[in-house]
Amino acid sequence: MAEIPEHLLRRSAQAKAKALGVPVEQVLAEMSGGTATAVPEAQATAAAPSPTPSAAPARTAPAIPEGVRTQRLLTVVKAKAIQQVKRDPTDKVSVWPHLLAMEFVALLVVTALLVIFSVFQDAPLLELANPNAQPNPSKAPWYFLGLQELLSYFDPQVAGVLIPGLGLAALAAIPFVDRNRSTRPSDRKFAIMMFTFFVISAAILTMIGSFYRGTGFNFTFPWRDGIFFDL
Amino acid sequence: MFRPGSPFRKGYTDSPRNRSYVIMNNVLYHLHPVKVKRHGVRLSYTLCLGGLSFFLFILLTITGIFLMFYYTPAVPDAYIDTAALSTNVAFGLLVRNLHRWGAHLMVITVFLHMTRVFYHGAYKPPREFNWVVGVVLLLLTLLLSFTGYLLPWDQLALWAVTVGSNMAGYTPVFGDQVSFVLLGGIQVGASTLLRFYVLHVLALPFLIVIFMAVHFWRVRKDGGVSGPL
Repeated sequence: MAEIPEHLLRRSAQAKAKALGVPVEQVLAEMSGGTATAVPEAQATAAAPSPTPSAAPARTAPAIPEGVRTQRLLTVVKAKAIQQVKRDPTDKVSVWPHLLAMEFVALLVVTALLVIFSVFQDAPLLELANPNAQPNPSKAPWYFLGLQELLSYFDPQVAGVLIPGLGLAALAAIPFVDRNRSTRPSDRKFAIMMFTFFVISAAILTMIGSFYRGTGFNFTFPWRDGIFFDL
Repeated sequence: MFRPGSPFRKGYTDSPRNRSYVIMNNVLYHLHPVKVKRHGVRLSYTLCLGGLSFFLFILLTITGIFLMFYYTPAVPDAYIDTAALSTNVAFGLLVRNLHRWGAHLMVITVFLHMTRVFYHGAYKPPREFNWVVGVVLLLLTLLLSFTGYLLPWDQLALWAVTVGSNMAGYTPVFGDQVSFVLLGGIQVGASTLLRFYVLHVLALPFLIVIFMAVHFWRVRKDGGVSGPL
């Protein structure tokens, strides 16, 4: 059996002593078992007469054989643990129909828009690939055009590997760097500012790479020279 | 429609118990908990972006399987088969268009989903790990789109992938090796097409499904949609 913490034993003894109207030491001695009874018993009898004479017969009433314990401690439940079981009531709604209906409508709307767009706009298919005829300009898929744009400012190792690699690592590290627990926008102005800055820079670079780069990946204006860009 | 003898054989009465059963007894709907926080169902909170990304993945899988029936990952055949979709196959062009535009849209929805999650602070404890899984999913989405880009084997595909994969060749120290493994050769050619095809239809979808499973499971384990602002 696990050892009962000293302070818990003491608290329990105090409560019992108060209920029975006997001194604490006497109850403690009874709790700690047969061996320790001898010495405190003597003290208890010395101190006992003062509170009430009726306390003594009340104590001896149940006939318990010598050396038999009638109760034991199974576990100690801390007050905190009991409180954690209770959760704050939250305002909840059934997924069916409230969420599922909305998801189904969203799905239908996107499918419809996609089908309509696909009916009127064909996917590009140029002539057969020819490794000997590089088109001018050659552009990566649109989501890499920001990186391709960076290639015209930085060394290829920096723009092609370092920036995207570090960018992805930094993105994944956001929750471990930003230890601010609050989700209120007013508490996280710096985080929002930084993220918005990087998202907008990426968007601007991608736009420039897509629309403002023409022959030889030189700067152009789309309204003057047309768009050198295919999805 | 909800009376006995209707498509619901024993009828359907709208009770809280039956609403729970719809979710609990159905494997397809069981991605969801029975109940969600009230603000979580507001369209303006999530904009359905995560759900739409998943739906687009399913749409792309369905249209992709259709396209696989008519496609050979070999050097002139790939282009010929793709061109033949618009002439020889019923709805072939429409399905190819759906696949291509759906793929571009998925890149956009995944990216927007990430920004939405950031602005709601939904990556904060206990959701840190799920954000990392999400970043992996973004990367896998980009790789799926990039490998698919080569498959029509036209001038656009060849040179876009050449430019894109040149960037991988700038890796310090191992640049040439990385490029060789990625392309299966020194430049984009027949072996690259086969390599990208296998990645696009098998390897990357396999990986992304595993990560999506973890992602969705963690959304529920971490307490569902994040709290109101």
